[in-house]
Amino acid sequence: MRGPHDLGGLDFGPIDPDEHPLTFWEKQIDAIRAVIGAKKIVSTHENRRTIEQLGHDVYDTLNYYERWTAALQRQMIDKGILTQDEIDQRVAEVRQRLLETGEMEVP
Amino acid sequence: MNHNDHDHDHDHDHDHQGDDKVHAYYQILGQALKELLIEKGVVSASEIRTAMERRDTITPANGAKVVARAWVDGDYRARLLHDANSAVAEFGIEMPTTHLVALENTPAVHNVVVCTLCSCYPRDLLGLPPAWYKSKAYRSRVVHSPRAVLHEFGTDLPETVEVRVHDSTADMRYLVIPMRPEGTDGWDEDALRSLITRDTMIGVASI
Amino acid sequence: MMTCSRYRSGDRVRVRDDYPIGHIRTPVYIRGCEGQVVRYLGHFGNPETLAFCLPTEPRELYKVQFRQVDVWPNYEGSLMDTVELDLYDHWLEGDHSQ
Repeated sequence: MRGPHDLGGLDFGPIDPDEHPLTFWEKQIDAIRAVIGAKKIVSTHENRRTIEQLGHDVYDTLNYYERWTAALQRQMIDKGILTQDEIDQRVAEVRQRLLETGEMEVP
Repeated sequence: MNHNDHDHDHDHDHDHQGDDKVHAYYQILGQALKELLIEKGVVSASEIRTAMERRDTITPANGAKVVARAWVDGDYRARLLHDANSAVAEFGIEMPTTHLVALENTPAVHNVVVCTLCSCYPRDLLGLPPAWYKSKAYRSRVVHSPRAVLHEFGTDLPETVEVRVHDSTADMRYLVIPMRPEGTDGWDEDALRSLITRDTMIGVASI
Repeated sequence: MMTCSRYRSGDRVRVRDDYPIGHIRTPVYIRGCEGQVVRYLGHFGNPETLAFCLPTEPRELYKVQFRQVDVWPNYEGSLMDTVELDLYDHWLEGDHSQ
Protein backbone atom coordinates (compact mmCIF):
# COMPACT_ATOMS: atom_id res chain seq x y z
CA MET A 1 0.00 0.00 0.00
CA ARG A 2 1.85 3.06 -1.22
CA GLY A 3 1.08 6.66 -1.93
CA PRO A 4 1.50 7.97 -5.48
CA HIS A 5 4.88 9.50 -4.59
CA ASP A 6 6.44 6.44 -2.94
CA LEU A 7 8.24 5.00 -5.96
CA GLY A 8 11.25 3.09 -4.62
CA GLY A 9 11.33 -0.48 -5.93
CA LEU A 10 8.89 0.06 -8.79
CA ASP A 11 10.05 0.06 -12.40
CA PHE A 12 9.25 3.01 -14.63
CA GLY A 13 11.61 1.91 -17.37
CA PRO A 14 14.70 3.48 -18.94
CA ILE A 15 15.85 6.89 -17.79
CA ASP A 16 15.50 9.75 -20.25
CA PRO A 17 18.90 11.45 -19.94
CA ASP A 18 17.84 14.60 -21.80
CA GLU A 19 18.45 17.75 -19.76
CA HIS A 20 15.04 19.28 -20.54
CA PRO A 21 16.08 22.77 -19.41
CA LEU A 22 13.39 24.46 -17.36
CA THR A 23 10.96 26.74 -19.15
CA PHE A 24 10.30 30.25 -17.88
CA TRP A 25 6.94 29.01 -16.58
CA GLU A 26 8.61 26.24 -14.56
CA LYS A 27 11.22 28.60 -13.13
CA GLN A 28 8.45 30.95 -12.12
CA ILE A 29 6.55 28.25 -10.24
CA ASP A 30 9.79 27.20 -8.55
CA ALA A 31 10.37 30.80 -7.49
CA ILE A 32 6.82 31.31 -6.17
CA ARG A 33 7.21 28.16 -4.10
CA ALA A 34 10.58 29.42 -2.80
CA VAL A 35 9.04 32.74 -1.71
CA ILE A 36 5.97 31.07 -0.14
CA GLY A 37 8.31 28.74 1.74
CA ALA A 38 10.70 31.49 2.86
CA LYS A 39 7.74 33.51 4.20
CA LYS A 40 6.63 30.45 6.17
CA ILE A 41 3.21 30.49 4.53
CA VAL A 42 3.55 26.86 3.47
CA SER A 43 6.40 24.67 4.74
CA THR A 44 8.24 22.09 2.67
CA HIS A 45 6.68 19.32 4.76
CA GLU A 46 3.21 20.71 4.13
CA ASN A 47 3.93 21.11 0.42
CA ARG A 48 5.05 17.50 0.12
CA ARG A 49 1.96 16.34 1.97
CA THR A 50 -0.34 18.32 -0.34
CA ILE A 51 1.36 16.84 -3.40
CA GLU A 52 1.03 13.30 -2.04
CA GLN A 53 -2.64 13.92 -1.33
CA LEU A 54 -3.35 14.91 -4.93
CA GLY A 55 -4.00 11.20 -5.45
CA HIS A 56 -2.64 8.73 -7.96
CA ASP A 57 -4.40 9.96 -11.08
CA VAL A 58 -3.50 13.61 -10.61
CA TYR A 59 0.05 12.78 -9.49
CA ASP A 60 0.58 10.54 -12.52
CA THR A 61 -0.99 12.88 -15.06
CA LEU A 62 0.68 16.12 -14.04
CA ASN A 63 4.36 16.74 -14.51
CA TYR A 64 6.63 18.02 -11.79
CA TYR A 65 5.84 21.75 -11.66
CA GLU A 66 2.20 21.19 -12.55
CA ARG A 67 1.95 19.19 -9.33
CA TRP A 68 3.47 22.12 -7.48
CA THR A 69 0.89 24.40 -9.09
CA ALA A 70 -1.97 22.10 -8.15
CA ALA A 71 -0.63 21.95 -4.60
CA LEU A 72 -0.32 25.75 -4.42
CA GLN A 73 -3.94 26.16 -5.49
CA ARG A 74 -5.09 23.68 -2.84
CA GLN A 75 -3.01 25.34 -0.11
CA MET A 76 -4.17 28.86 -0.92
CA ILE A 77 -7.80 27.76 -0.75
CA ASP A 78 -7.29 25.72 2.43
CA LYS A 79 -5.64 28.69 4.15
CA GLY A 80 -8.38 31.11 3.07
CA ILE A 81 -5.93 33.22 1.05
CA LEU A 82 -7.75 32.68 -2.25
CA THR A 83 -11.16 31.33 -3.18
CA GLN A 84 -11.99 28.87 -5.91
CA ASP A 85 -14.28 31.45 -7.50
CA GLU A 86 -11.62 34.10 -7.86
CA ILE A 87 -9.14 31.53 -9.16
CA ASP A 88 -11.66 30.31 -11.75
CA GLN A 89 -12.40 33.87 -12.81
CA ARG A 90 -8.72 34.72 -13.17
CA VAL A 91 -8.03 31.54 -15.13
CA ALA A 92 -10.74 32.58 -17.59
CA GLU A 93 -9.22 36.06 -17.90
CA VAL A 94 -5.70 34.75 -18.43
CA ARG A 95 -6.91 32.28 -21.05
CA GLN A 96 -8.77 35.04 -22.90
CA ARG A 97 -5.75 37.33 -22.76
CA LEU A 98 -3.46 34.64 -24.13
CA LEU A 99 -5.88 33.88 -26.96
CA GLU A 100 -6.11 37.56 -27.88
CA THR A 101 -2.37 38.06 -27.90
CA GLY A 102 -1.84 34.79 -29.77
CA GLU A 103 0.52 33.57 -27.10
CA MET A 104 -1.38 30.36 -26.64
CA GLU A 105 -2.85 27.87 -29.05
CA VAL A 106 -6.24 26.53 -28.12
CA PRO A 107 -5.66 22.94 -27.03
CA MET B 1 3.18 30.99 -23.48
CA ASN B 2 5.28 27.99 -24.37
CA HIS B 3 3.46 24.78 -23.97
CA ASN B 4 5.45 22.43 -21.84
CA ASP B 5 5.59 19.36 -24.00
CA HIS B 6 8.37 17.47 -22.25
CA ASP B 7 6.51 15.31 -19.83
CA HIS B 8 9.66 13.86 -18.44
CA ASP B 9 8.13 12.43 -15.32
CA HIS B 10 4.91 11.48 -16.92
CA ASP B 11 3.53 8.01 -17.50
CA HIS B 12 2.86 7.14 -21.08
CA ASP B 13 -0.32 5.18 -20.60
CA HIS B 14 -2.68 8.14 -20.56
CA ASP B 15 -5.06 9.75 -22.98
CA HIS B 16 -2.63 12.25 -24.46
CA GLN B 17 -5.13 14.52 -26.14
CA GLY B 18 -7.01 14.92 -22.90
CA ASP B 19 -3.73 15.45 -21.09
CA ASP B 20 -2.74 18.29 -23.43
CA LYS B 21 -5.76 20.21 -22.24
CA VAL B 22 -4.79 19.48 -18.66
CA HIS B 23 -1.22 20.69 -19.17
CA ALA B 24 -2.47 23.87 -20.83
CA TYR B 25 -4.83 24.47 -17.91
CA TYR B 26 -2.05 24.21 -15.33
CA GLN B 27 0.12 26.68 -17.23
CA ILE B 28 -2.75 29.14 -17.12
CA LEU B 29 -3.49 28.32 -13.49
CA GLY B 30 0.13 29.04 -12.56
CA GLN B 31 -0.11 32.46 -14.15
CA ALA B 32 -3.49 33.13 -12.50
CA LEU B 33 -2.19 32.18 -9.05
CA LYS B 34 0.87 34.37 -9.49
CA GLU B 35 -1.25 37.39 -10.40
CA LEU B 36 -3.71 36.89 -7.56
CA LEU B 37 -0.99 36.35 -4.96
CA ILE B 38 0.78 39.53 -6.07
CA GLU B 39 -2.44 41.55 -6.04
CA LYS B 40 -3.26 40.34 -2.53
CA GLY B 41 0.22 41.21 -1.33
CA VAL B 42 1.03 37.62 -0.38
CA VAL B 43 4.14 37.76 -2.55
CA SER B 44 5.58 40.58 -4.63
CA ALA B 45 6.69 40.52 -8.23
CA SER B 46 10.18 41.54 -7.16
CA GLU B 47 10.41 38.72 -4.63
CA ILE B 48 9.57 36.23 -7.38
CA ARG B 49 12.03 37.89 -9.74
CA THR B 50 14.77 37.82 -7.10
CA ALA B 51 14.13 34.15 -6.33
CA MET B 52 14.37 33.30 -10.04
CA GLU B 53 17.60 35.23 -10.40
CA ARG B 54 19.06 33.63 -7.31
CA ARG B 55 18.26 30.17 -8.65
CA ASP B 56 20.01 31.00 -11.90
CA THR B 57 23.21 31.94 -10.08
CA ILE B 58 23.52 28.55 -8.35
CA THR B 59 25.17 25.99 -10.59
CA PRO B 60 27.23 22.81 -10.08
CA ALA B 61 30.28 25.09 -10.10
CA ASN B 62 29.49 25.62 -6.39
CA GLY B 63 29.82 21.92 -5.68
CA ALA B 64 32.93 21.66 -7.86
CA LYS B 65 34.68 24.35 -5.80
CA VAL B 66 34.04 22.34 -2.65
CA VAL B 67 35.17 19.03 -4.15
CA ALA B 68 38.33 20.49 -5.70
CA ARG B 69 39.30 22.00 -2.35
CA ALA B 70 38.70 18.66 -0.64
CA TRP B 71 41.01 17.02 -3.18
CA VAL B 72 43.92 19.36 -2.57
CA ASP B 73 43.52 20.14 1.13
CA GLY B 74 43.35 17.19 3.53
CA ASP B 75 42.28 19.38 6.46
CA TYR B 76 39.41 20.81 4.42
CA ARG B 77 38.41 17.31 3.34
CA ALA B 78 38.28 16.24 6.99
CA ARG B 79 36.14 19.27 7.89
CA LEU B 80 33.82 18.58 4.96
CA LEU B 81 33.30 14.97 6.02
CA HIS B 82 32.80 15.94 9.66
CA ASP B 83 30.53 18.99 9.29
CA ALA B 84 29.69 19.74 5.69
CA ASN B 85 27.46 22.77 6.43
CA SER B 86 30.35 24.60 8.08
CA ALA B 87 32.80 23.50 5.40
CA VAL B 88 30.69 24.82 2.51
CA ALA B 89 30.01 28.02 4.46
CA GLU B 90 33.74 28.72 4.04
CA PHE B 91 32.83 29.32 0.37
CA GLY B 92 29.90 31.53 1.32
CA ILE B 93 27.38 28.77 0.65
CA GLU B 94 24.75 28.89 3.38
CA MET B 95 22.27 26.05 3.88
CA PRO B 96 20.10 27.31 6.73
CA THR B 97 17.29 24.77 6.58
CA THR B 98 18.96 21.58 5.42
CA HIS B 99 21.90 19.54 6.62
CA LEU B 100 24.58 18.62 4.17
CA VAL B 101 26.45 15.34 4.33
CA ALA B 102 29.46 14.72 2.09
CA LEU B 103 29.96 11.16 0.85
CA GLU B 104 33.44 10.20 -0.18
CA ASN B 105 33.94 7.74 -3.04
CA THR B 106 36.87 5.39 -2.47
CA PRO B 107 38.32 2.44 -4.38
CA ALA B 108 36.01 0.27 -2.25
CA VAL B 109 32.76 2.32 -2.16
CA HIS B 110 30.84 4.20 -4.86
CA ASN B 111 28.03 6.45 -3.59
CA VAL B 112 24.94 7.46 -5.55
CA VAL B 113 22.12 9.74 -4.34
CA VAL B 114 18.37 9.65 -4.93
CA CYS B 115 15.16 10.86 -3.33
CA THR B 116 12.56 8.15 -3.93
CA LEU B 117 9.77 10.11 -2.19
CA CYS B 118 10.13 13.53 -3.82
CA SER B 119 13.16 15.35 -5.23
CA CYS B 120 15.47 16.29 -2.33
CA TYR B 121 18.70 17.56 -3.82
CA PRO B 122 21.60 19.74 -2.65
CA ARG B 123 20.28 22.74 -4.58
CA ASP B 124 22.64 25.20 -2.91
CA LEU B 125 25.60 23.26 -4.30
CA LEU B 126 24.29 21.90 -7.59
CA GLY B 127 21.42 24.20 -8.61
CA LEU B 128 18.04 22.80 -9.60
CA PRO B 129 17.98 19.05 -10.20
CA PRO B 130 18.00 17.75 -13.77
CA ALA B 131 14.76 16.31 -15.14
CA TRP B 132 15.99 12.73 -14.88
CA TYR B 133 16.75 13.08 -11.17
CA LYS B 134 13.07 13.93 -10.55
CA SER B 135 11.79 11.30 -12.98
CA LYS B 136 9.80 8.28 -11.92
CA ALA B 137 12.26 6.08 -13.80
CA TYR B 138 15.27 7.17 -11.75
CA ARG B 139 13.44 7.40 -8.41
CA SER B 140 11.83 3.98 -8.78
CA ARG B 141 14.80 2.01 -10.13
CA VAL B 142 18.05 3.29 -8.67
CA VAL B 143 17.34 1.84 -5.20
CA HIS B 144 16.83 -1.72 -6.42
CA SER B 145 18.85 -1.77 -9.67
CA PRO B 146 21.66 0.72 -9.06
CA ARG B 147 24.15 -1.03 -11.32
CA ALA B 148 21.70 -1.17 -14.23
CA VAL B 149 20.91 2.52 -13.75
CA LEU B 150 24.60 3.44 -13.50
CA HIS B 151 25.19 1.45 -16.69
CA GLU B 152 22.60 3.63 -18.46
CA PHE B 153 24.75 6.60 -17.48
CA GLY B 154 27.83 4.84 -18.84
CA THR B 155 29.18 3.93 -15.43
CA ASP B 156 30.21 0.32 -14.91
CA LEU B 157 31.76 -0.71 -11.61
CA PRO B 158 33.42 -4.01 -10.72
CA GLU B 159 31.69 -6.42 -8.33
CA THR B 160 34.45 -5.72 -5.83
CA VAL B 161 33.22 -2.13 -5.39
CA GLU B 162 30.30 -1.63 -3.01
CA VAL B 163 27.59 0.47 -4.64
CA ARG B 164 25.97 2.45 -1.83
CA VAL B 165 22.66 4.16 -2.64
CA HIS B 166 21.58 7.05 -0.41
CA ASP B 167 17.83 7.69 -0.32
CA SER B 168 17.32 11.27 0.96
CA THR B 169 14.25 10.63 3.08
CA ALA B 170 14.65 13.42 5.66
CA ASP B 171 16.34 16.80 6.15
CA MET B 172 19.78 15.67 5.01
CA ARG B 173 21.14 16.54 1.58
CA TYR B 174 23.93 14.47 0.08
CA LEU B 175 26.92 15.50 -2.00
CA VAL B 176 29.20 12.86 -3.48
CA ILE B 177 32.92 13.59 -3.50
CA PRO B 178 34.12 11.71 -6.58
CA MET B 179 37.57 10.13 -6.60
CA ARG B 180 40.34 12.34 -7.85
CA PRO B 181 41.60 10.84 -11.10
CA GLU B 182 45.12 9.55 -11.55
CA GLY B 183 47.57 11.80 -13.30
CA THR B 184 46.32 15.04 -11.78
CA ASP B 185 49.13 15.54 -9.30
CA GLY B 186 50.20 19.13 -9.22
CA TRP B 187 47.02 20.43 -10.88
CA ASP B 188 45.68 23.59 -9.30
CA GLU B 189 42.10 23.88 -8.04
CA ASP B 190 40.90 25.69 -11.17
CA ALA B 191 42.10 22.88 -13.40
CA LEU B 192 40.65 20.24 -11.10
CA ARG B 193 37.25 21.96 -11.00
CA SER B 194 36.91 21.53 -14.73
CA LEU B 195 36.86 17.75 -14.23
CA ILE B 196 34.06 17.77 -11.66
CA THR B 197 30.62 17.53 -13.22
CA ARG B 198 27.18 17.60 -11.67
CA ASP B 199 26.62 13.92 -12.41
CA THR B 200 29.81 12.93 -10.58
CA MET B 201 28.54 14.78 -7.50
CA ILE B 202 25.18 12.95 -7.70
CA GLY B 203 27.11 9.73 -8.16
CA VAL B 204 25.77 8.47 -11.49
CA ALA B 205 29.13 9.13 -13.15
CA SER B 206 32.77 8.66 -12.27
CA ILE B 207 35.65 10.81 -13.44
CA MET C 1 28.49 14.49 23.07
CA MET C 2 25.36 12.91 21.61
CA THR C 3 25.78 9.81 23.75
CA CYS C 4 22.17 9.88 24.91
CA SER C 5 20.71 8.84 21.56
CA ARG C 6 18.65 5.66 21.64
CA TYR C 7 20.85 3.84 19.12
CA ARG C 8 24.53 3.96 18.37
CA SER C 9 26.50 3.23 15.24
CA GLY C 10 26.63 -0.52 14.73
CA ASP C 11 23.28 -1.24 16.40
CA ARG C 12 21.03 -3.63 14.50
CA VAL C 13 17.55 -2.25 13.94
CA ARG C 14 14.38 -3.32 12.19
CA VAL C 15 12.06 -0.91 10.42
CA ARG C 16 8.45 -1.00 11.62
CA ASP C 17 6.23 -2.88 9.19
CA ASP C 18 3.23 -0.57 9.52
CA TYR C 19 1.07 1.13 6.92
CA PRO C 20 -0.54 4.21 8.47
CA ILE C 21 -2.26 6.93 6.47
CA GLY C 22 -0.50 10.27 6.57
CA HIS C 23 2.71 11.98 5.52
CA ILE C 24 5.23 9.19 6.08
CA ARG C 25 8.92 9.60 5.21
CA THR C 26 9.70 5.91 5.62
CA PRO C 27 9.33 4.45 2.12
CA VAL C 28 7.25 1.31 1.78
CA TYR C 29 10.14 -0.66 0.28
CA ILE C 30 12.18 -0.51 3.48
CA ARG C 31 9.44 -1.35 6.00
CA GLY C 32 10.06 -4.60 7.80
CA CYS C 33 13.72 -4.70 6.74
CA GLU C 34 16.67 -5.17 9.08
CA GLY C 35 19.74 -2.99 8.93
CA GLN C 36 22.46 -1.32 10.91
CA VAL C 37 22.72 2.20 12.26
CA VAL C 38 25.72 3.94 10.66
CA ARG C 39 25.27 7.48 11.94
CA TYR C 40 23.19 9.43 14.41
CA LEU C 41 22.07 12.55 12.56
CA GLY C 42 20.60 14.59 15.41
CA HIS C 43 17.14 15.77 16.46
CA PHE C 44 14.59 16.96 13.93
CA GLY C 45 10.94 17.95 13.99
CA ASN C 46 8.67 15.09 13.09
CA PRO C 47 7.52 15.57 9.46
CA GLU C 48 4.44 13.46 10.16
CA THR C 49 3.04 16.27 12.29
CA LEU C 50 4.81 19.26 10.67
CA ALA C 51 3.11 18.33 7.40
CA PHE C 52 -0.23 19.08 9.06
CA CYS C 53 1.01 22.32 10.70
CA LEU C 54 0.75 20.72 14.14
CA PRO C 55 3.22 21.26 16.97
CA THR C 56 5.92 18.63 17.07
CA GLU C 57 8.46 17.19 19.45
CA PRO C 58 11.97 16.58 18.16
CA ARG C 59 12.70 13.07 17.01
CA GLU C 60 16.04 11.32 16.71
CA LEU C 61 17.11 10.74 13.13
CA TYR C 62 19.45 7.95 12.09
CA LYS C 63 21.24 6.99 8.92
CA VAL C 64 20.58 3.29 8.60
CA GLN C 65 22.35 0.95 6.19
CA PHE C 66 20.75 -2.13 4.64
CA ARG C 67 22.34 -4.86 2.54
CA GLN C 68 20.65 -4.78 -0.83
CA VAL C 69 20.22 -8.55 -0.77
CA ASP C 70 18.23 -8.16 2.47
CA VAL C 71 15.90 -5.60 0.87
CA TRP C 72 15.27 -7.13 -2.56
CA PRO C 73 14.86 -10.91 -2.86
CA ASN C 74 16.03 -10.87 -6.50
CA TYR C 75 18.76 -8.28 -6.14
CA GLU C 76 21.07 -8.27 -9.14
CA GLY C 77 24.39 -6.84 -8.12
CA SER C 78 27.18 -7.42 -5.66
CA LEU C 79 26.56 -9.01 -2.28
CA MET C 80 28.39 -6.01 -0.85
CA ASP C 81 25.96 -3.42 -2.25
CA THR C 82 24.01 -1.36 0.27
CA VAL C 83 21.25 1.22 0.51
CA GLU C 84 21.07 3.86 3.24
CA LEU C 85 18.03 5.82 4.40
CA ASP C 86 17.44 8.53 6.99
CA LEU C 87 14.89 7.15 9.42
CA TYR C 88 13.25 8.57 12.53
CA ASP C 89 13.53 6.86 15.88
CA HIS C 90 9.84 5.97 16.05
CA TRP C 91 10.13 3.89 12.86
CA LEU C 92 12.93 1.76 14.29
CA GLU C 93 12.82 -1.25 16.55
CA GLY C 94 15.91 -2.80 18.08
CA ASP C 95 17.29 -4.48 21.14
CA HIS C 96 19.77 -1.70 22.14
CA SER C 97 22.25 -4.46 22.90
CA GLN C 98 25.62 -2.83 23.16
